[in-house]
Amino acid sequence: MQFTQSQFSQRKARDPVSVPKPQPNHENHRNRQRKIVDLAPNWQDFVMQPPNQTPIDIHSEEFLARLQSRQLRLSIACASTFLTALLALPLLNYAFPEAMSSPTGGFTLTWLILGVLFFPFVWVIAWIFIRKSIALENAEVAEVAASASPSPSPYKGR
Amino acid sequence: MFAAVDPFILAFSAITVLATVAMGFWAARKSRSASDFFVAGRGVSVGWNASAISGEYLSAASFMGVAGMVMSSGYDALWYPVCYACGYLFLLLFIAGPLRRFGAYTIPDFAEGRYDSPLFRKIAVIFVLFIGFFYTMPQMKGAGTTLAYIFPGLPYWAGVVLVGAVITLNVALGGMKGITLVQAFQYWAKMFAISAPVFILMLVYGHYGHQLELNRPSGAAGTTPSERLPLTAKAPADAIWINPFGPLTTKAAKAAKPGYRYSGPLITFDNHHPFLSFLVSTSLKISRALTPGTVGWPSNQLSAASLVGEIEAINKLSRHAYAPSLTNISVFVDCSECSSYSAFNRQMVRALEQAGIVVQMDAVSITAFPKTEATLVPVDPRPYALLYTYSLIIALVCGTAGLPHILVRFYTNPDGVSAKRTTMWVMILIGIFYVFPPVLGVLGRNWMPSLYEGAGVNGTDGIVLKLPTILKERYGVLGSILSGITCAGAFAAFMSTFSGLLVSMTGALAHDVYGRILRPQSTAGERMHMFKWCAVAIGLIAVLLGTLVENFEINFMVGQAFAIAAASYFPLLFMSVWWRGMTTRGAATGMLGGGLLAMLAISLTSWTTFITAQAAKFKSIGRPEPEWFTSLKPYSLAEFWSLHPLLRILSEQPAIWAVPLAILLMVVISKWTARTVPADIRMKMLVLHAPEQLGLKQEYIREHDTSH
Repeated sequence: MQFTQSQFSQRKARDPVSVPKPQPNHENHRNRQRKIVDLAPNWQDFVMQPPNQTPIDIHSEEFLARLQSRQLRLSIACASTFLTALLALPLLNYAFPEAMSSPTGGFTLTWLILGVLFFPFVWVIAWIFIRKSIALENAEVAEVAASASPSPSPYKGR
Repeated sequence: MFAAVDPFILAFSAITVLATVAMGFWAARKSRSASDFFVAGRGVSVGWNASAISGEYLSAASFMGVAGMVMSSGYDALWYPVCYACGYLFLLLFIAGPLRRFGAYTIPDFAEGRYDSPLFRKIAVIFVLFIGFFYTMPQMKGAGTTLAYIFPGLPYWAGVVLVGAVITLNVALGGMKGITLVQAFQYWAKMFAISAPVFILMLVYGHYGHQLELNRPSGAAGTTPSERLPLTAKAPADAIWINPFGPLTTKAAKAAKPGYRYSGPLITFDNHHPFLSFLVSTSLKISRALTPGTVGWPSNQLSAASLVGEIEAINKLSRHAYAPSLTNISVFVDCSECSSYSAFNRQMVRALEQAGIVVQMDAVSITAFPKTEATLVPVDPRPYALLYTYSLIIALVCGTAGLPHILVRFYTNPDGVSAKRTTMWVMILIGIFYVFPPVLGVLGRNWMPSLYEGAGVNGTDGIVLKLPTILKERYGVLGSILSGITCAGAFAAFMSTFSGLLVSMTGALAHDVYGRILRPQSTAGERMHMFKWCAVAIGLIAVLLGTLVENFEINFMVGQAFAIAAASYFPLLFMSVWWRGMTTRGAATGMLGGGLLAMLAISLTSWTTFITAQAAKFKSIGRPEPEWFTSLKPYSLAEFWSLHPLLRILSEQPAIWAVPLAILLMVVISKWTARTVPADIRMKMLVLHAPEQLGLKQEYIREHDTSH
């Protein structure tokens, strides 16, 4: 399973979402011209898109950068919540040994946190992440679909 | 010999093994091709898939090791189960999604696809083997321990050989591939085997919190023998055990020599032979050090007379003050065996220490002062323990992503949404499982403290298997049945993980090393044939390594495999997925640099542990140490670690420096070789990050399916 450039370009050519690139200088992808299409009047109501009225070329640098940064932002937000809690716990143990070992239902406080409560905490983060990332992907798809062909979406039910 | 075999324990274990093997063969007959194997989950529901992933993940370390380590080390051991489960979150947040979209089944696949470099694939394959072997060792220890328990009197190594042979044969003959059904079955077997004894034991002896409460120093005062058995000599004290920074994380600092503070003038030297000048400046009288005969030097032999000359020459260069109280102390140095300057140094330090002088020496300087004039400053273990904890956390959380047999399972999902739901369920299934082993560890401390004294199955790693037998006194056969159930669970644990690893490693060896490197022109039939021989070869090596690790804790060894994975594969995956500037050379350098250095560091401390444990073993059985051992003993590094506890921690838990180092190497080398970034990098990044509905991945899968 090896990606070769030819496989990628074939795929690109057959991609139903990609719009034809009429402009000649193919070697310079960064300055690829955008094609203007008519947009459904109210599509901005249900997708996240700066209202600059331009279609989305899914092979453009801008699309990739936005895609990656949105997803990375979500991942980092979840990871930092998780890491803050995980990395703070040893520090709290270090700084406040008395408080952390205070009895809590038979456990010491820190044992209860690490041995029992941490698991549901991680589930909550995972649940939030999964919900948001599925929503994010749906929004991205809707956005591209709306910009390429306003209605009806050819990707419905895929 | 086997008169003491408990029929219930034997029966349950045998049923598990036979059921697993039979299911493996049955399922293997139904799925023949490689794509059947990899995408087996396409027709499988989220529930089955999640059970299968969890079944593959929960190894002997989770089943036996966590409880054993909680019993031996208390609170600190809780980091293991928590981070084993949390590692999945990290995998989910940063790596699983993009990698699944990319359509690469294994890390070597990904390495090749992302960088268009078959060479890089070969480099990445090496680590499948490295990490795999580090991960099989604890599984083998689990096997040896369990067999020794089922058949009392069976030596540890025999159990390792037996189980290793059975599983290897099974894999070589084609059963026990990563079949969803078998793995799912094994998860529920393990879940039942760990939870049923916990619930029944808690019913009889009191709940989790109550059992833990008995170990609180303030709460323990009123405990009666009916609530808890007395702790044995080697058991850590309550206050140390229940609180953070206990026996596990402070081991290095506790083994360190206590420090001394001396307020008088210190003697420091910065020349090549510090000890000689030290002798002169302090006017120490050395008896017999300069008696007729020779003092050896690394390069040439010097007579006593020229030694004096050397001392005088150095003395002229020396411009340091010295502690007045050190003058005119006589020490006896036997130089008859000083074959080198360093041997002379060692003799000298020993003599001075016997004379009550504290000597602190490094490569270029010596500080020395009389012990009576110095104040003792014991090493504060807590900062070291904090560092150890952080390094452990990094290793475990980052390492999950790099385990060779784990990522494969993510591709048994039909699409992104169900993959994410599956992950959620995996985290829940694993999380619930991990609540139970620590309970058994706590119960074990209260009710079977005799295990603190032994090793192997009589040590803390055997607690999960042995603890249910305490019910025998009150409820007779119930104890045996429960113990049989935990044995069955242990079998499910090391069988599933060892088989999974064996398949991954054998695949890497047969497909990549043999099929691509040694004999690229070989036919598919030859490779199939080779697969069997590779399985046998890897099984043999795994068994050999397994026999060496009787004295290591299962969980500790798994932690080290995680550390190597964290320093090699995690940076590779993380950076490749999120940074488009990565080049093949940058990725390879970072992975090799981080991974190999981490592995070297880990091996250094494991070597010391191995030598120390062997010495203790020879002593306990009253056998004189064999010659090969006495010749190795001076190189055990134990003394070096006692002088440098910080280095020991960084060497034992290298993730805290190895992961950043690998990432740094990747960034620096990639920037340096920026011109070799793959030409179609934008397209690759799109495949990694764009939602599947945009059509990029579907086409890839279609092409992949038609190419088979």
